[in-house]
Amino acid sequence: MLAIRGVKTFYGNIMALKGVDVDVHRGEIVTLIGSNGAGKSTLMMTIFGQPRAREGQILYEGRDITRMPTHEIAHLKIAQSPEGRRIFPRMTVFENLQMGASIDNFEHFDGDLERVFTLFPRLKERIGQRGGTLSGGEQQMLAIGRALMSRPRLLMLDEPSLGLAPLIVKQIFDAIRELNRTEGLTVFLVEQNAFHALKLAHRGYVLVNGAVTMSGAGRELLERPEVRAAYLEGGRH
Amino acid sequence: MAVDTAHPAGAVAGSGTSILPGALKDAFLTGLIALGLLGPLVGFQTVIIDGALGLAYRPLVVAIMVGIIFVGRLILNLTVWSPNRAPKANAGSGPLARGALAIAPAFKPALLAFAVLFPAIAAFAMGGLNESRYLLDLGILILTYVMLGWGLNIVVGLAGLLDLGYVAFYAVGAYTYALLATSTPVNDFFAAILGETFWANWAFWFCLPAAGLFAGLWGMILGFPVLRLRGDYLAIVTLAFGEIIRLVLINWVDFTGGGAGIASIPRATFFGIPFNASEDGFAALFGLEFNPMHRIVFLYFVILVLALITAFTTVRLRRLPVGRAWEALREDEIACRSLGINTTNVKLSAFATGAMFGGFAGCFFAVRAGFVSPESFTFDISAMILAIVVLGGMGSQIGVAVAAAVMMGGMEMLRNLGFLKQVFGNDFDPSLYRMLLFGFAMVAIMIWKPRGLVSSRDPTIFLKEKKAVSGSLVKEGHG
Repeated sequence: MLAIRGVKTFYGNIMALKGVDVDVHRGEIVTLIGSNGAGKSTLMMTIFGQPRAREGQILYEGRDITRMPTHEIAHLKIAQSPEGRRIFPRMTVFENLQMGASIDNFEHFDGDLERVFTLFPRLKERIGQRGGTLSGGEQQMLAIGRALMSRPRLLMLDEPSLGLAPLIVKQIFDAIRELNRTEGLTVFLVEQNAFHALKLAHRGYVLVNGAVTMSGAGRELLERPEVRAAYLEGGRH
Repeated sequence: MAVDTAHPAGAVAGSGTSILPGALKDAFLTGLIALGLLGPLVGFQTVIIDGALGLAYRPLVVAIMVGIIFVGRLILNLTVWSPNRAPKANAGSGPLARGALAIAPAFKPALLAFAVLFPAIAAFAMGGLNESRYLLDLGILILTYVMLGWGLNIVVGLAGLLDLGYVAFYAVGAYTYALLATSTPVNDFFAAILGETFWANWAFWFCLPAAGLFAGLWGMILGFPVLRLRGDYLAIVTLAFGEIIRLVLINWVDFTGGGAGIASIPRATFFGIPFNASEDGFAALFGLEFNPMHRIVFLYFVILVLALITAFTTVRLRRLPVGRAWEALREDEIACRSLGINTTNVKLSAFATGAMFGGFAGCFFAVRAGFVSPESFTFDISAMILAIVVLGGMGSQIGVAVAAAVMMGGMEMLRNLGFLKQVFGNDFDPSLYRMLLFGFAMVAIMIWKPRGLVSSRDPTIFLKEKKAVSGSLVKEGHG
């Protein structure tokens, strides 16, 4: 479904991604783990053309989207819950969700809204509240909900667990699993929380300094001593 | 942290009456200092007596000034600076705010009713239609700025694009009307088909949409080069754009008449019926006695309707996807793009819509004044409109209206400070201090109401009850 081939992304002269290859197949949950500054979010944003890959190719359903404008990529039914959530803080929860549905021309708005509220009942309670006044966990739910409003075929999540209490993280990861299992939604998950992410994902990639160093099934990666040492046990080598 | 802030309130609680001596002493000392300073500075005045320099004394002025300082300091000590004063818990919970909430639902209709009835009220208050001319002119001026404020509010308040050159679109609208209405070829063209006086009578009604469209087009032209800019950089480019338009108007003498401007622009007509004393005039056709004030009253209603159209359109647009996209753009451009919103189109539409209303207002300005020149479109006007939007609370329609009334009405009131002459002598010209006082007032508003006069915004959607969110609870203005 999504194929990333030898992608190199630069910030000025600094190469942030040094030729990354990642595949996401239909119906999978694929996670990309890595430490701070490994280039996880850069890869996420490169898929969306912000910044653009200087070399390599990004194919979505066989179509080259490497040079496509960001808003057109979104129209291909790829949705994103970006790093730092980026909800609209002075707009209400409802208005935020409306913004998500604008790609879909509001055709399935009521049904989709119901679906998001079933997934995250907290959002329904907060419907008239401004995004900026929500708690961190609620904001994350809103960011995911907003992404779902566009009826995506591929959902990309950038660190949904960032700064959240363990209980909320569990809620959010349960929701992702639920979406994947019941609707077959394909999910590309960028995470620092390797343990939860690998447990959830079918397959995983490990990104180190802008290059993929390991890949494999989620459970399998979880067992690997290098992964355990670097990402699960406090970074002891 | 909490311990630090708690102790002063506890320490002085119960000492309600004992602050008076301290306050008096402090005020007395301040008065003494003021006397020492003002005595030589204000008390003596050099005058020329029989060709020689002599001294005159002004003890009364010194006494008044020292008195003001003493009393003022005393009042401040007893109220604002009083240690007993309970700290204000929340701006939204005071009795004043509660009262404001209670009258809020009735406020808008009342304001609208007042605006509609204003000519009648003015005529009644001043004892006749002719006598109310000054008030009506002021009303027209305020409404023009209300409309400009609402127009700019689309760009600044909703889309979050800081535009310092809004006056350019006002100028484009005004010159569109002035040039088309006074154009000989256009006049000849219509004279040949539809009669000699057709164009003079109908020019305004044809040019009004044209002025709006043309200004909107210029909004897009400005929009293109500044698409990648935000914040300060955008402000500078729009500022330059406003100046460029003005300089072109001054220097392109063949086309615009240069600094001399364009005079004898056709006046407004009642949908083709001129306001004059002739047989086909408005007064004769409607069986009224001719009165030049008919035209002024009509102009008042024209600008009222134009302003209301602006407000209505904005309110409608805000509920449509494009208006939502403007607000989302203000919040987060990258998030917008990744939600599939074409930010280029959204920005251009905001610029064009805002500019269009500026163009309408400009067209109205030209028909009201009957004369346009580049001097009417200086940066001051842009700054004034922006100040109205900011003071009103960005994004708030009613706030902008109130701010326009306060600013323009306040400026006019400050012209009437004649009583100050009795204090400071006949050489004192109060109108010179107008802008100074005005500046103080603006600083004061920004200190006490940093988010504008109306800083809470009604949510457009709610679950069980409408909860107005106070502006102080959220980032920046846009209440």
